[in-house]
Amino acid sequence: MNVDAIRDGIVIDHITAGRAMTLYRLLGLEGLDVPVAMITGAVSGRLGRKDIIKIDADIPIDFNVIGYVDPGATVNLIRDGELREKKQIQMPEKLVNVIACRNPRCITGTEQEIDQIFFLADREKKEYRCAYCETKAAVI
Amino acid sequence: MRSVIDISDLSLRELDGLMDTAEDIIARPGAYAERMRGKKLATLFFEPSTRTRLSFEAAMYELGGNVLSVAGAGSSSAAKGESVADTVKTVSCYADIIAMRHPKEGAALVAARAAEVPVINAGDGGHCHPTQTLADLLTIRREKGRLDGLTIGVCGDLKFGRTVHSLIGAMSRYPGNRFILISPEELKLPSYVKGEALKKNGIPYRQTTDLEEVIGELDILYMTRVQRERFFNEEDYLRLKDSYILTPEKMKKARADLAVMHPLPRVNEISVQVDEDPRACYFKQVLNGKYMRMALILMLLQEGGAAGRREARA
Repeated sequence: MNVDAIRDGIVIDHITAGRAMTLYRLLGLEGLDVPVAMITGAVSGRLGRKDIIKIDADIPIDFNVIGYVDPGATVNLIRDGELREKKQIQMPEKLVNVIACRNPRCITGTEQEIDQIFFLADREKKEYRCAYCETKAAVI
Repeated sequence: MRSVIDISDLSLRELDGLMDTAEDIIARPGAYAERMRGKKLATLFFEPSTRTRLSFEAAMYELGGNVLSVAGAGSSSAAKGESVADTVKTVSCYADIIAMRHPKEGAALVAARAAEVPVINAGDGGHCHPTQTLADLLTIRREKGRLDGLTIGVCGDLKFGRTVHSLIGAMSRYPGNRFILISPEELKLPSYVKGEALKKNGIPYRQTTDLEEVIGELDILYMTRVQRERFFNEEDYLRLKDSYILTPEKMKKARADLAVMHPLPRVNEISVQVDEDPRACYFKQVLNGKYMRMALILMLLQEGGAAGRREARA
């Protein structure tokens, strides 16, 4: 894989330094049979340091995951070597099956088939809570 | 179809309407004796309970309806590993409305999403217990003549006490109320309850560990039990269980028109000698709970309505 140039794929840019690995894991990239490059600690005019993830394939991405982990990130969709679309990511109102509730008393802990649903409780604090028991999601 | 998971699923107008209906039931019980004729309530209790289950069942019988009852997970298919969703889907085939208690937090929402009939949360672990709050609200309105401009002391386990969280949430919606939070350091009101119910709405409150110091200021004293089942550690429970015991001596420092409330069951946090005091209202709360459950069953089976706030959020 050429890290500098992707023909058809996705570049997640302006990731807050240190969060790329979390994003990689929550996006399920480790289980994919496609080339993925992760650049950490890159110099950025805007952020000082930033992380970047380059995916060398046209695969579906859950933008809600990116919005949850790092709403300041940008997503560049590359087609035929050209920037086709640049997306500004927003914090999603709802997360489904992205993170799991950590409350041992929550029904989702014993009934595994229930969707793990979190809602945005406080946008300023970037706080999500379990839709079932209202326990606060762990801070990333 | 409409379910009630939490007290916040009900608007102030609906709360007032339920209390008005309950008052009318008290005044004219005969007028309601046949209202639920031919309807069935299923009570699914996966956790021990005496008063709440009996209250729901008495409520349905007094409305002329019938009751199907499952008491204790050991006697139901849950013991075989059946999910909450499958259980309530099955029960929806037999009953017109379900009242469910479950030890896991959020179980009521799972049930409401799966059921084909309205679900009333009769307690989901330490999370919500809306019909207890309905009983509390009617009791306050009957004892004090209003739900606003009151100084409310809540005492005991404010950390795990779901009835306290719901009561604070509900009373914060009425103007002019202020709260005094009385608890040991380890059982203080969680910050998210303080934040969402009190700070966000600018409701005045203060925290103390000393009941006697503040009892003279109160219009309402809401006592709670330190619940053994909410602790993972027995040592912590034993250390904290006797933190507050209301006695006739402490009552001497209280106002003549104080209303002492308790969601029951009590262990020893209110001395039995206080029962003789006309300010003791906790057994009236039990009776008021039945009337409010009657009003709620009537509302859900007769009016229906849109999904509650929590259902919509999930």
